Amino acid sequence: MEIEARANPMDKYLRADRIPHIWCSGCGLGIVLNAFLHAIEELNIDLDKLAVVSGIGCTGRIAGYINTDSYHTTHGRAIPFATGLKLANPEMKVVVISGDGDLFAIGGNHFIHAARRNIDITVIGVNNYNYGMTGGQLGPTTPLGARTTTSPYGNIEHPFNLCHVAHAAGAVYVARWTVLHAIRLKNSIKEALNKRGFSFIEVIAACPTTYGRRNKMPDALDEMRFYREHSVIKHGIDPSQANIEIGKEIVVGKFVDIEKPTFNEAVEELKKKVKKK
Amino acid sequence: MKKEIRFWNGSIAVSEGAIVAGCRFFAGYPITPASDIAEYMALRLPQEDGIFIQMEDEIASIAALLGASWGGAKVMTSTSGPGFSLMQENVGLAAVTETPLVIAEVQRAGPSTGMPTLVGQGDVMQSRWGSHGDYETIVISPSSPQESFDLVIRAFNLAELYRVPVIFLMDECIAHMSERVVIPPKEEIEVVERIKPNVSPEKYMPFQPVNDIAPMATAGMGYRVHVTGLTHNEKGYPMTTSPEVQEWMVRHICDKIRKNEHKIRDIEEYRMEDAEIAIVAFGIVGRSAKAAVKMARRHRIKAGLIRLKTIWPFPESYFESMADSIKKFIVAEINYGQIKLEVERAVHGKASVELLPKFGGAVHQPMEIYQKIKEVKNGN
Amino acid sequence: MKTEIRFAGYGGQGIILMGNIAAKAAVLYDGKNAVYTPSYGPEARGGAASSNVIIADEEIDYPYVTSIDVLVAMSQLGYENNAPILKDNGLLIIDSDLVRLKNGAGKVAKIQATRIAEQLGKRIVANIVMLGFFTAVTEVISYGSMKKAVLESVPAKYKELNEKALEMGYKEGMKWQE
Repeated sequence: MEIEARANPMDKYLRADRIPHIWCSGCGLGIVLNAFLHAIEELNIDLDKLAVVSGIGCTGRIAGYINTDSYHTTHGRAIPFATGLKLANPEMKVVVISGDGDLFAIGGNHFIHAARRNIDITVIGVNNYNYGMTGGQLGPTTPLGARTTTSPYGNIEHPFNLCHVAHAAGAVYVARWTVLHAIRLKNSIKEALNKRGFSFIEVIAACPTTYGRRNKMPDALDEMRFYREHSVIKHGIDPSQANIEIGKEIVVGKFVDIEKPTFNEAVEELKKKVKKK
Repeated sequence: MKKEIRFWNGSIAVSEGAIVAGCRFFAGYPITPASDIAEYMALRLPQEDGIFIQMEDEIASIAALLGASWGGAKVMTSTSGPGFSLMQENVGLAAVTETPLVIAEVQRAGPSTGMPTLVGQGDVMQSRWGSHGDYETIVISPSSPQESFDLVIRAFNLAELYRVPVIFLMDECIAHMSERVVIPPKEEIEVVERIKPNVSPEKYMPFQPVNDIAPMATAGMGYRVHVTGLTHNEKGYPMTTSPEVQEWMVRHICDKIRKNEHKIRDIEEYRMEDAEIAIVAFGIVGRSAKAAVKMARRHRIKAGLIRLKTIWPFPESYFESMADSIKKFIVAEINYGQIKLEVERAVHGKASVELLPKFGGAVHQPMEIYQKIKEVKNGN
Repeated sequence: MKTEIRFAGYGGQGIILMGNIAAKAAVLYDGKNAVYTPSYGPEARGGAASSNVIIADEEIDYPYVTSIDVLVAMSQLGYENNAPILKDNGLLIIDSDLVRLKNGAGKVAKIQATRIAEQLGKRIVANIVMLGFFTAVTEVISYGSMKKAVLESVPAKYKELNEKALEMGYKEGMKWQE
């Protein structure tokens, strides 16, 4: 039997010559990438005017697969890089896609300050509860009690609630989904891309290889099943009420959607005011 | 247009020079004694349709420069030793992604927090070797407000021409002293723009050099470039298991600078025509050394000055050939021997090289250098 | 011909500005070579402050003051700290309400700069009164140039006051000359 090789309709959004990707089977990142690509297709975004910036880690590799101007920066520094890019070239739609460790441990300071300044970028933070690429170490979102290679007796640190952090720091759009909610995630990405200002989407993603197998969910399907059974959609809830704890419900939904002037707008106004005649 | 005369300190001069060179993006973080530059840029850039942003730290500052440079802007930050240390990982990213940017580094006395308000020159090696791996930077050092203006324009031109991070290595003294600065008519100032690709996106290889340097396609030009700090090939794609690609890439980012050293080289020679003893100095010490040479000459000692305006790439072949006629070098610097090591290496044992150090917080007085000249002369 | 000048006082008196204005006048309006260097510590009011100016016909290499030709002291500490490096034939200029001289002072010119400034209604312009006095007494910088540099360096709404202050100081200096 002959198998006809046909182009996938999404190929134009990918650097096809870089596929296959590096991610493990069962990894949630493929779904995140898929949702992102469908979002830009449905919004009909000009790929020449879209830039994707990422840091280091499994999620950090997303930038390299998307057929746009894409920047794979140093660990933790995707957001300040994106800040410079957006300010210098405001025509670009700038999206940061990176992982929980990259954005909230080593890069945590940049996240809160970009949110505070209301830099006009979208940040998609993929949270798989651990450092996958380096072999499954404890991260800033690892739930209390979870086992990782650097918390072999169970995590004794309190994790961040990323949506609460984003809200407290001033983000104008904050939502959380799991990779099970592929369509809702895509719709949320569309909203975030259309939002003026600092928008943040947390995506809870399966990592069977380094997180799941140490935490009684060795198969990606176990994690997806868990999301189905434990996710509760609560739009508009105060993000402080959406902590993530082992075995407890995962609150998802759109939590914040407000308006305020962006840094770019403030800069433009300032320039008009002081410009030399 | 006629030339204009200003009375500026080094901080203002470097800022105005940067603006003339086309700098329209500045990201920085306050640090003594470099904050004056950030403050002045905050005042001036919005007037020139540029952007100033004060970031949350120095790491963010240089990351923002990289982003803005890939956004198409000419970019600068200012910092001092401790902040420069924090920037080093992304100096490496700039080197490997061949991103033009300028760091105005106002040296104070280190190590660590050191003497925040007082002069040092201990960041010579940091500005060359501060990041990990093999790479090259260009390092320029001014000795006056006038040179802060003139040479920072050259710093931008070289950054754009060679697609390399350029460190503008100032010191506290030069940043704070005020003097006459002559601004030439605009049409007499050379400003270099970065080379853009002139082929179609399908044919474009973002890291394939054409005459040493790859044309640079920035965001939004339609070339959809992938830029990564991983070892990458001409296409910009990560090749993290290929020693061949690693060799090609490292050779390229180093050789584009090394083989053009003679073009980048910028040295002031003073009374070197018949000199038997040469003082080597840069930055503020270059001025003390010149005064010392004048003293020596008044006492009929044949001393001369070699003042480095470009420190890196180090002018090795220059010193090697100077050592044919000069048998005694004295390196005066405000550190415990950094340039001295380079001079020693470059002269291949053909001449003696003595260090006259200051450890930070004070500048060599001309008399001290003159004493050293006498000592070395009498040492035969 | 090279003149090394130090202005010394305490933070808040405008000592830094004095040096800057004097050197600016020499460079921009008298067409001489001059270099100005501030000496300052961590941000503070009330601490010792000084600023330095070298004015010369020839090129100035080493930009720092090593032995003083003219010391302008507006505080006791400013006087005591710097008098030891005042040249034997150097000139000491003091605000005589703020500085008490010790024995053996050489050539001295005295003015009650702060008191004059208070009479003008703003103690803050004592530094400009002193600059006027300095201009007349030393003749290193021309009065016209100094006036231009002062007016360029102060806020628009205080131009008149500063011009007056400079003039008052200058007149005192002319009296001293006689």
